[in-house]
Amino acid sequence: MTAETPLQPRRAAKAQKAKFQLIEVGIVIALMLVLALILPLLLSGFRLGLLGRFLSLAIVALGIDLIWGFTGLLSLGHGIFFALGGYAFAMHLQLNSLGEGQLPEFFGLYGVSELPFFWQRFYSLPLTLLIMILVPTLVAGVLGYLVFRNRIRGVYFSILTQAALVVFFNFFNGQQELINGTNGLKTDTSVLFGQQVGGAGMQEVFYIITVILLALVYVLCRWITSGRFGRLLVAIRDDENRVRFSGYNPTWFKVLVFSLSGAIAGLAGALYTVQSGIVSPQYMDIAFSIEMVIWVAVGGRATLVGAVVGALLVNWARALLSESFPEVWLFFQGALFLLVVTVLPEGIVGWLRNQAGAKVRSLLGQQEALATYPSLELDPDVQAEKGELVD
Amino acid sequence: MIEGLIGGLFNGISIGAVLLIVALGLAIVFGLMGVINLAHGELMMLGAYTTYVVQNGANLIGGVAPEIYILVALPLAFVVAALTGLALERWVIRYLYGRPLETLLATWGVSLILKQFVRSVNWAMVIGLVVFALLFFGGRWLIQKQRVLSPTIATVMGVLSGAIALVAGLIMNQSGSTALSRAWFSARNVDVTAPSWLRGGLSLGTTLQFPYARLFIIVLTVLCLVGVYWFLQGSSWGLRIRSVTQNRTMSACMGIPTERVDALTFALGSGLAGIAGCAVTLLGSVGPNLGSNYIVDAFMVVVVGGVGKLVGSIVAAMVIGIITYLVGSGTLALLLAPYPAMSPVMDLFTFFATTSMAKVMVFALIIAFLQVRPAGMFPQKGRTAEV
Repeated sequence: MTAETPLQPRRAAKAQKAKFQLIEVGIVIALMLVLALILPLLLSGFRLGLLGRFLSLAIVALGIDLIWGFTGLLSLGHGIFFALGGYAFAMHLQLNSLGEGQLPEFFGLYGVSELPFFWQRFYSLPLTLLIMILVPTLVAGVLGYLVFRNRIRGVYFSILTQAALVVFFNFFNGQQELINGTNGLKTDTSVLFGQQVGGAGMQEVFYIITVILLALVYVLCRWITSGRFGRLLVAIRDDENRVRFSGYNPTWFKVLVFSLSGAIAGLAGALYTVQSGIVSPQYMDIAFSIEMVIWVAVGGRATLVGAVVGALLVNWARALLSESFPEVWLFFQGALFLLVVTVLPEGIVGWLRNQAGAKVRSLLGQQEALATYPSLELDPDVQAEKGELVD
Repeated sequence: MIEGLIGGLFNGISIGAVLLIVALGLAIVFGLMGVINLAHGELMMLGAYTTYVVQNGANLIGGVAPEIYILVALPLAFVVAALTGLALERWVIRYLYGRPLETLLATWGVSLILKQFVRSVNWAMVIGLVVFALLFFGGRWLIQKQRVLSPTIATVMGVLSGAIALVAGLIMNQSGSTALSRAWFSARNVDVTAPSWLRGGLSLGTTLQFPYARLFIIVLTVLCLVGVYWFLQGSSWGLRIRSVTQNRTMSACMGIPTERVDALTFALGSGLAGIAGCAVTLLGSVGPNLGSNYIVDAFMVVVVGGVGKLVGSIVAAMVIGIITYLVGSGTLALLLAPYPAMSPVMDLFTFFATTSMAKVMVFALIIAFLQVRPAGMFPQKGRTAEV
């Protein structure tokens, strides 16, 4: 087939694609510049901090979209990776703000006089940054390998990730003398590059870093999903057995994408931690991890823009609602889950892409675009039968 | 030594019994429909609150009532949870068949709503809900008598009656009357006192003590098991349920009303959650988050046990319960103490000897177990490529 296709149209199609890609990169850079340079002038420090946190949550949402939207793996345990990243960075900040030979304050409360061995690594910043990404990647990779190897999937996978989340929560919550248990690690009073992390200047720097990283992660996800690898992920989502029968081993692709998603979550966790001033086992709350999924669902699965939009919208709604009516928020969130699943399965962006055009046309009184053959869609008999079927 | 072991075994079995009674409904529903019901814990909570209400009623009546309230509360908890489950199935889950992940999310939404509902329910809210139901369903009924209801009209009606009910509820809330706006349960935990014959325990030997409440839960679990077993194996609806569990398409072809089977099974599973909720009131206080404490462990029972056979859930629940207790209470570490050669193992067990750390170990064991038997202890046999 391909051999018979004339070269000219293929080249033209490629050029067209390259043009679109260029436009997209342009839009991403423009949005990034607006977010990074112009918004800090317009918003107050508090609002900007809020936006920075939401943007770091949008990064997790991108990771979840990668595994759920494209690969069909619903993880209810992304809080693990999020918190691991946060903890890694917070541990470095704790050590960094100490004098020679001192221990973080909380160790004194539990009678620990020597730094636990795994804390030693966090003295150096580059190593911390590496660990911050690597540990979530590895945890996700190992967990994913052990689960996917046995062809455990669907809801089984979801509840296993949830159980893993509970386990990690218990572990971090119970280990008072290692990582300060329930209280978590505070970062806002710690020092980085001689400046206080909670200070306004540092916060703005973190905000700009978040914006840049969000753009980078978006481009990365976009690149991954637009190539052959991305098509394979979609194939795994739609019919895993068929992928297997075609000679691919889905296990490794799933492990790879799951650990990539874990890495993204770790990065996001670190950014979120420094901007909210604390990391605690609460980041591994069951509800928080499921909420991450709903951001993606609201925005639209398998549309990366949707993940970002969804994360921003839902969190903004949360901030608005829980400020003024805290009781209403849970009702609203519950209703959001129900509505998005039943009425708007494609999410906002998916709906805009696939259905909004038709809706606008019919509102303007124009004819609907033909989806099949004119002989079918314009035939009154066929339409009459179709109408009967719907009722 | 022996007494310690028996005591440990008893406590393990009693934890396992709680797990089993929670997981029973979950396992049946999952086996039949492949649906994981994240609102199961909240259905338990409804059962627990039903028990609380019944107990308060019994205290008002006085006399012998506070002694036997639990016998009334059990069936009532079953009914309340089963009706809620039925509504959930009819209004939400029915539309999501074949999309298990979406069902999972939808049931989570329901669980959030139920949680907040018991926190903030008051007369104003209940009256508002009744107004909505009257306007919406009454209006639908009236229109449907005349002509076919179009989706647009239904939506408009829904929005209108919702708005009217909301405004009515808000006005009542703001009216200043505390009778209307006071929350029934509020977010605080409430306590259910066990009847006097369930307090205390049976003493054996010098150190062994079997609390009556725990014994009661074990007996209740056995009764539920027998009931469910009888229902599934002995009744005609049970036969239909088993047949749909084995092969849905084929059963539908044979004329089994699969929709009704689904609804019935879901109601049954939810009802069992209600009974479980009633049972756990004997162990601790009742709060909006009651269900969340049990639900993840119950999922693990389903995963380890495999679907399709009750015996899988039973064995899994007992094994998980016993291991959790033996590790969590430090019994295993104590047992190993006399043997110096085992001291590294003992150190390991000592590290895990708290309730929360025991969960860490049990999860690791579950993951290891799944490497050998990915589909659980008693998987369904068949020739499909699906696990």
